[in-house]
Amino acid sequence: MSPVEITTSRLNQHVDPVLTVWAWEIPVYLFVGGLIAGMMIIAGLNMLRLAKGERSEDFNSVQSPILGFLLLNIGMVALFLDLSYKLHVYRLFMAFKPLSPMSWGSWILILVYPVLISSSLIRLPQAWPWLGERIPIVQRLSEALTTRTRVIKILGYANVVLGICLGIYTGILLSTMVARPLWNSAILGPLFLVSGLSTAAAAIHLVSSITPGSPSPSGFLGGALAALVQPLGANPPGPGTQNSLVRADQIFLSVELVLIGLLLVGLLSGSASQVAAVDILMSGKYAVLLWAGVIALGILTPLLLQALQLSDRIRHTIIPAILVLAGGLALRWVVVGAGHASRMVAAGGM
Amino acid sequence: MPRFGMVIDTKKCVGCMDCVVACQTENDVPQGFAKDWLVTEVTGTFPDLSMEIRSERCHQCDNPPCVYVCPTGASHIEDWGKTVQITEDKCIGCKACLAACPYGARFTHPDGYADKCTFCIHRVKEDLDPACVSVCPTHCMHFGDLDDAESPVNKLLNSRESHVVLPEAGTKPRVHYLK
Repeated sequence: MSPVEITTSRLNQHVDPVLTVWAWEIPVYLFVGGLIAGMMIIAGLNMLRLAKGERSEDFNSVQSPILGFLLLNIGMVALFLDLSYKLHVYRLFMAFKPLSPMSWGSWILILVYPVLISSSLIRLPQAWPWLGERIPIVQRLSEALTTRTRVIKILGYANVVLGICLGIYTGILLSTMVARPLWNSAILGPLFLVSGLSTAAAAIHLVSSITPGSPSPSGFLGGALAALVQPLGANPPGPGTQNSLVRADQIFLSVELVLIGLLLVGLLSGSASQVAAVDILMSGKYAVLLWAGVIALGILTPLLLQALQLSDRIRHTIIPAILVLAGGLALRWVVVGAGHASRMVAAGGM
Repeated sequence: MPRFGMVIDTKKCVGCMDCVVACQTENDVPQGFAKDWLVTEVTGTFPDLSMEIRSERCHQCDNPPCVYVCPTGASHIEDWGKTVQITEDKCIGCKACLAACPYGARFTHPDGYADKCTFCIHRVKEDLDPACVSVCPTHCMHFGDLDDAESPVNKLLNSRESHVVLPEAGTKPRVHYLK
């Protein structure tokens, strides 16, 4: 029998009438996490090419880890701000719970830090010469890394593997929760990974477009930005290198679009709770954000603009990259917010 | 080793909320929060309607998603009684358990840690019933060992038709409602 009316005497904060336990911090953390994951994968693949002896001028920098490291700190601050029992945060690292994606994530992040720092060392003294001058050991460590192919190869593999783990984990974190039907899909892991790759390609393209050419900036942020896009040398990458990033982003965006479609098809053909959850994406504020923000402005418009740029019909701008980044953040915002609002429904009444 | 559960006779429940007040008092529940609550559900098609009043709380699931998602082990199943409990000191306030519970049974205590019904395990260890059960004026609530075939809760379950809330979630809840 279907329920006619349900009333409850419960009104717990952030649980009733709709779950709102995670505010802006978690979508921002998931976005930054995906961005870092994508940067690690792109940087790792480039490190492997570098180790093979390919000319580093032909592809984008192996140095996105510098910006990745800076972004990771932003993500960790967001994550910390979300905790309601902050002083106990150390408890995350006193246990490993194999069934908890959050436990996996906290340990993955512990591994990501040293890999990002080590990877940053490859070009750190060139990005921040003042650092190498003040702390000579940094200079020596950097020289030791850049002259050893085997180390760069190991770092390349570490970046790729950890980048994939980090990117997928941000989706799995949500998808294991049966209580939230909108999240309860295995597609979410690959979707967040591909979205992370897409935003990473866009971020590197964006920075490569706005960074001044030779000589490279060497300030705190300018140095990191320049290092992000430049090969092992003082000059910024050429137009061909930028085009390869745009082409890669087109593939990522297309796959992302397919995965969003599969997510919706999977939910619509799922349980009664999942079918009801799709309604949240079809009307109301999340529908506007998904269809206009994520799909129209975050995926389709950049795809069109990128195609026109690559065929030289319009000049290169940073607009597609900005739209892709905004779309990536909007995707996390929609998934987290709408997932909160989705709940299990009794299929046959009481 | 017991496996505690609750059996609630919805035909006897009058919705007086004594169980809610008893819980607030016994467990010093912060103002504005509830570890147990009443749900009134009307089903059917007019004029053939029926109403069920349920005293709800943490369902002490046998397959508890809140325990699985906890990254620190703060949410755990106690050996004795097999109840789901929270070690406040281990909780970091990540709220994953709140999101994972299909019943919305958990909340964040104003001090920051996750909180919920404990089945008044501190009373049970002293051979007392949970506070809600002990104050029920219609004796509609029963507490006991679900693994003991001779326990009153099992005899009640065997004698009447019953249901659990959201069996679709697959959590195997241990609070049963007699129809």
